[in-house]
Amino acid sequence: MIGGSVDAMIEAGLVIGIVLLEAIVLYVGYGAAEQVLAGPVVDRIKNV
Amino acid sequence: MELLGISLALIVMFVGFGLLIGILFGFFGMGGSFLVTPALLVMGYDANVAVGSGLAFVFGTSVIATLKHRDLGQVDYKLGILMIAGTTAGIEVGKVGLEYLQELGLAGSVVSVAYVFLLGGIGVFVTYEAMKSGGGDGLEHDVDEDADLEDEEIPEIAQKIQSYSVPPMISIRGGFTVSLWMVLLVAFATGVLSGFLGVGGGFIRMPALFYLIGVPVPVAVGTDLFEIVFSGGIGSFLYAQSGAVDLSIVAPLLAGSALGARVGAAATNLVNEDDIKVYFGVMLLLGSIAVAVREIGGVLEMPVLDTVSLAIILGAALLVSGAVVYSAITMLRSEASASSPAAD
Repeated sequence: MIGGSVDAMIEAGLVIGIVLLEAIVLYVGYGAAEQVLAGPVVDRIKNV
Repeated sequence: MELLGISLALIVMFVGFGLLIGILFGFFGMGGSFLVTPALLVMGYDANVAVGSGLAFVFGTSVIATLKHRDLGQVDYKLGILMIAGTTAGIEVGKVGLEYLQELGLAGSVVSVAYVFLLGGIGVFVTYEAMKSGGGDGLEHDVDEDADLEDEEIPEIAQKIQSYSVPPMISIRGGFTVSLWMVLLVAFATGVLSGFLGVGGGFIRMPALFYLIGVPVPVAVGTDLFEIVFSGGIGSFLYAQSGAVDLSIVAPLLAGSALGARVGAAATNLVNEDDIKVYFGVMLLLGSIAVAVREIGGVLEMPVLDTVSLAIILGAALLVSGAVVYSAITMLRSEASASSPAAD
């Protein structure tokens, strides 16, 4: 498994890059949603 | 209907499962592969795909959770980098010990027993310490770098370790200094255990950072997650080289955990620190029971015990993440009632 060919390493790098990209996109996306929704949701929780 | 080559129902299940794990991961800084890999194995995925995809998921979730903890000022990068250095060296030593036991043909049984006792032992210790402190208001969640912690807020062992003034001394988020050598020593010891047991080690590092170095719990969680970004990234890269990372598993899990990690990380800023420890301890105790059941199933050749073990782990995850969310909501409400002016 360890020390594979250059092609395998590039492919693995690509897979990890996709996971990293998805993580960052999700972080930014959910962050934007949090900016909009967190306040009203927290207020609602506090006032129920 | 299919997406990414898997059914929509399975995608929804993965997103829900990811949400659950994300809450625990963001709250404790542990639990990713602990939960995902056994679940994927029971679902019939090959062992290398279960481990590789689990590691890639842990990597992605730790990136999100670390970013969230960074927003809350709960990541000590200097400490994290030192921990990575010490842990990496320790893992190599732990692996040597494991290889020696493999030569003797004792690795499987010794590692299983050690894993169960370590999980259970840390679980009992953390729960006992949290209960002993009497609940109350627990510790402050403020992690201002300049704010000094009171002596009684720092565990005794950590106070002892902090008292060794062997230069160079480094300042730690939480307002105290500790010898660099002590940090490396603690990191090395946790690495030895991690390498010996063949586990990520979040459940060892988080309490070690608090009880041995004296790092406030939220910072211990954030710094532990920062370290997992590197260990998870390297681990998943190695498995991806043999095609063992299945993106159709990782992508939906990550979609759920990204939300859960935000919730879990935010909850560390709300929930009483002693409560965090109690939940952590209970999670480890139930985890140790689940691992023990799985190992007994292996010895007795009863595959049904694998499913029982998974049910215990999933039940524990559901119970503890539910308790975390409930505690956070309760704290929000009590803060609101405390800050609102008296009713007419």
